[in-house]
Amino acid sequence: MERILTYAEAIREATEQEMARDPTVILLGIGVDDFKAIYGTTKGLIEKFGPERVFDTPLSEDAMTGVAIGAALAGLRPIHVHIRMDFVLLAMNQLVNIAAKGRYMYGGAVSVPIVVRAIIGRSWGQGAQHSQSLHSYFIHVPGLKVVAPSTPYDAKGCLIKSIRDDNPVMFIEHRMIHYQKGHVPESTYTIPFGKARVLAKGDDITLVGISYMAVECLRAQKLLTEVGISAEVIDPVSLNPFDLDAIAGSVRKTGRLLVVDTAWVTCGVSAEVVAQLTERFQDSQQIRVQRMGFKPVTCPTTKNLEDLFYPNSQKIASAAYTLVHNNRKFWTPTHVEPPEIMEFRGPF
Amino acid sequence: MYEKFYRSLYRIRRVEEEIARIYTTDKIKSPVHLSIGQEAVSVGVCEALGRDDIVFGTYRGHALYLAKGGDLRKMIAELYGKATGCAKGKGGSMHLIDTDVGVMGMSAVVGTTIPLAAGYAYALKLRGKNSVVASFFGDGAVDEGVFHESMNFAALKKIPIIFVCENNFYSIHSHQRARQALCNIAERARVYGMPAERIDGNDVLRIYERVMKGVQEIRSGSLGPRFFECMTYRWMEHVGPNEDFEAGYRLRSEAEPWFEKDQVKRLGDFLDPEARQMIEDEVEGEIREAFEFAEQSPFPDDVDLYTDTFKEA
Ligand SMILES: Cc1ncc(C[n+]2csc(CCOP(=O)(O)OP(=O)(O)O)c2C)c(N)n1
Ligand SMILES: [Mg+2]
Repeated sequence: MERILTYAEAIREATEQEMARDPTVILLGIGVDDFKAIYGTTKGLIEKFGPERVFDTPLSEDAMTGVAIGAALAGLRPIHVHIRMDFVLLAMNQLVNIAAKGRYMYGGAVSVPIVVRAIIGRSWGQGAQHSQSLHSYFIHVPGLKVVAPSTPYDAKGCLIKSIRDDNPVMFIEHRMIHYQKGHVPESTYTIPFGKARVLAKGDDITLVGISYMAVECLRAQKLLTEVGISAEVIDPVSLNPFDLDAIAGSVRKTGRLLVVDTAWVTCGVSAEVVAQLTERFQDSQQIRVQRMGFKPVTCPTTKNLEDLFYPNSQKIASAAYTLVHNNRKFWTPTHVEPPEIMEFRGPF
Repeated sequence: MYEKFYRSLYRIRRVEEEIARIYTTDKIKSPVHLSIGQEAVSVGVCEALGRDDIVFGTYRGHALYLAKGGDLRKMIAELYGKATGCAKGKGGSMHLIDTDVGVMGMSAVVGTTIPLAAGYAYALKLRGKNSVVASFFGDGAVDEGVFHESMNFAALKKIPIIFVCENNFYSIHSHQRARQALCNIAERARVYGMPAERIDGNDVLRIYERVMKGVQEIRSGSLGPRFFECMTYRWMEHVGPNEDFEAGYRLRSEAEPWFEKDQVKRLGDFLDPEARQMIEDEVEGEIREAFEFAEQSPFPDDVDLYTDTFKEA
């Protein structure tokens, strides 16, 4: 029998197993000891490991990031949790100026093994300041690893890898995949960084989905089979390092690429992937490319505008269809609101 | 005076009770942070302010918005996500604004409006205006570096600002004791170089009186910040329409003394029954009308998604 966990449970299990294995791992962040337990991802850990290794922090994201880095310099492996990626903006100075650069600017004398869990919010009108996906900010900076797994299996393996890595790792989680269920082995295992995962095989077009958009790309892939299009769906899993080879291999076969991000398009992951692939293929193969993400505005609260703002499986399928038909045929499947969005009422 | 205070307190309480009631119908599709139990702070402070004075608040901002004279119909429409809302349906409950009456906005990121209020006050001083700014924030915001940096700047530049810390003891479910080594916030504010006091008991009249004195001092030329730590208590859950005494992080017995200090009841009891009834009837009518307005208003058009990213020339 397959062992099935949710994404949130997979994160909790990875944390628990690593904390049990390695006494230098600590867990801090606003609300990690709360009864809501960061959507269940830290449940029971304070009871198991005590209030010195698991602690709630003051609302001091900037200083606490520095504290985590300082503790890492002294030999601990802190996991710093942010219930919203928007709040990580307060910690940018420590992350960019110290965590990312520490090893290089001190000529290899130190390393900074911290994990920053940054959760992307969405749904139920969380609006302008509670819904941002800012992973591209971190990818831009050399010295920060960035991972954004989309399945429970990869979440567990990636988090364990992140904890064991001797460098700062940004671990990006989308709130809407916390509910996704999937096979997760009980034993500990690591997922290598820089290795993409093919979620579905296909020949006509390559769909690359970042984080939650991998789930939406899979839904789009099913919709596309109804109109005779076979889409390959790839989840990069790790955004820095990035497995360009896997995507290039797929696009060599399909000739078409649609990159869907759970973020704005400009200067984002989708822009980067398309640019790198175009560079690689410019002398060898004509390819068709497209990017999709948030509309280039602030996230509105009201539902009808929010629906326009976000990419979804319907929009992905429709864009893929047009790409495959070289802009000469159009089709839009009916939109079915996925259960995780339809049912979401918090906790926030 | 009691009538005015009662009207404001009763209105805020009843508006939020209606929000909580309607919330279960999913007509309001965004998180709401209710101020039920804490109304006295916004009312006490705002009664001491004039229309030209300015307030900055937090995501828990319904009470402040209403106490300062914000348009009720536009607020409810905003919660409903309607085009007639105070932010055209794009901001929701956490981002209320009504610049006509000096409500300069609320932010969902803790602590972020404190320096905005300081900057606004600096500008008022520079431009020779006689208004004051009131900056509202919670005990949680005091954990943030930006709070301390703003205190220092305000004292340094002697700007016309009133800092109002609504100390309800909790940041979400974390008690102040779990976050701060010293719990007297006013005492800590004082060492930045400003008069600071703690006002106990959620007492609307006392808050009004003390803030009024501070505002008058500032207006009569004794510039520089004043700090008020107003002790209060949140009756409902951190976010959402329900009570949460079963959740385990606090006990109902801790809340009971604060129920006793209910300022809506206290001020109501000061009034003669007829005057009180008249106020209540008027407020109920206004609330009914505001919810009807919200119900009947249209949602924004699709093209509105793209407006207001920038101010167009
Ligand atoms: C910078 C930042 N960190 C964390 C949060 C998450 N958060 C939202 S409300 C809140 C509690 C703040 O408590 P307090 O300032 O006392 O205000 P109250 O909710 O009690 O009115 C927290 C931690 C946030 N919104 N912004
Ligand atoms: Mg509080």
